[in-house]
Amino acid sequence: MSSTRTLAGAERYSGVAIAFHWLLAVMIIGSLGVGFYMADLPMSPTRLKLFNWHKWAGITIMTLSGLRLLWRLTHRPPPDVAMPRWQRVAAHATHWALYALFFLTPLAGWAYSSATGFPVVVFGVLPLPDFVPVDKALAETLKARHHLMAFLLAAVVLLHVAAALKHHFLDHDGLLTRMWPRPS
Amino acid sequence: MTTMMNVLRAVSALVAVAMFAPPAGAQQKIVPAQSEIAFTSKQMGVPVDGKFKKFDAQVAFDPKQPQAAKIAFTIDLGSATLGSAETEAELAKPDWFNTKAFPQATFESSAVKASAPGKFDVAGKLVIKGAAQDVTVPVVLAQAGANTTASGAFVIKRLDFKIGDGEWKDTSMVANDVQIKFKLTLTGVAPL
Repeated sequence: MSSTRTLAGAERYSGVAIAFHWLLAVMIIGSLGVGFYMADLPMSPTRLKLFNWHKWAGITIMTLSGLRLLWRLTHRPPPDVAMPRWQRVAAHATHWALYALFFLTPLAGWAYSSATGFPVVVFGVLPLPDFVPVDKALAETLKARHHLMAFLLAAVVLLHVAAALKHHFLDHDGLLTRMWPRPS
Repeated sequence: MTTMMNVLRAVSALVAVAMFAPPAGAQQKIVPAQSEIAFTSKQMGVPVDGKFKKFDAQVAFDPKQPQAAKIAFTIDLGSATLGSAETEAELAKPDWFNTKAFPQATFESSAVKASAPGKFDVAGKLVIKGAAQDVTVPVVLAQAGANTTASGAFVIKRLDFKIGDGEWKDTSMVANDVQIKFKLTLTGVAPL
């Protein structure tokens, strides 16, 4: 961080926003990785375990994202760093797409699980309601939707990371310090 | 000509009924379309419901003489539904039902006794995958018109029958207790 210009405290995200960002970053990237890995595993206790953990993680991600969105809507984020208008528009569109997918991906997965006759029981103790019936054709559709959302989410995450790195290391605008856990 | 054929058909049908139908009251019949045998297992705390689509029963039962009752079931294990096609395919494998070697489960009653008005305890032998276990099944009867509904539920331990063998023995993954629920519609049962 030493090569970038120092930013005033007011230009950083709040501690709560930073905590949400990194906690969810780890959970979302982890869930995407586990999801892509487990999808084609043959039936085994390991597969069953991974599927359950993945479902618990997805519901947790959705819940934390709800709290995070509430925080985001009630707390002003730091002003944008200087950048061309198209980049600013693209950055905001990316953020909204991320938020939309934080909810839509787990929701589609939850519905897919219900449609296959496996209701989601969070951490093995909290049963969630089924908002779709058990139906094989519907399950196939929802599976395809869930996978599509997951691929979209992975793509938008990559775009978000690439843009952040480009700003920080190529444009030297100190963008990362706004979201870095400790003041540099 | 067609009238003639119809008369012939009707006569032969009557003859067939007269020849093969048991004497009235001796045998009760199950109505498959209005009957259901379901099971619920728990996987990592998740209740998963299944159903057997094909089963048959021989029932000789008089509510006034339960001790003389004879009840026998055969359940087609390959007809089990369990959510997705993946899990159904898994269920047929040797670790689970092994339907190639053991296509059917059977139940045969050994003693039936009344436990309360309209309630009966049916003791008998349940055989799944070649393993026999004594079970006592509580049954509640309800009558409406010509139909009698027999319903109840009981719990079996899947490992007693080696259902979920090998790597699936771990009951923290799939619970040992499996609940069996049934609702059977019978015709020809004498009034309670």
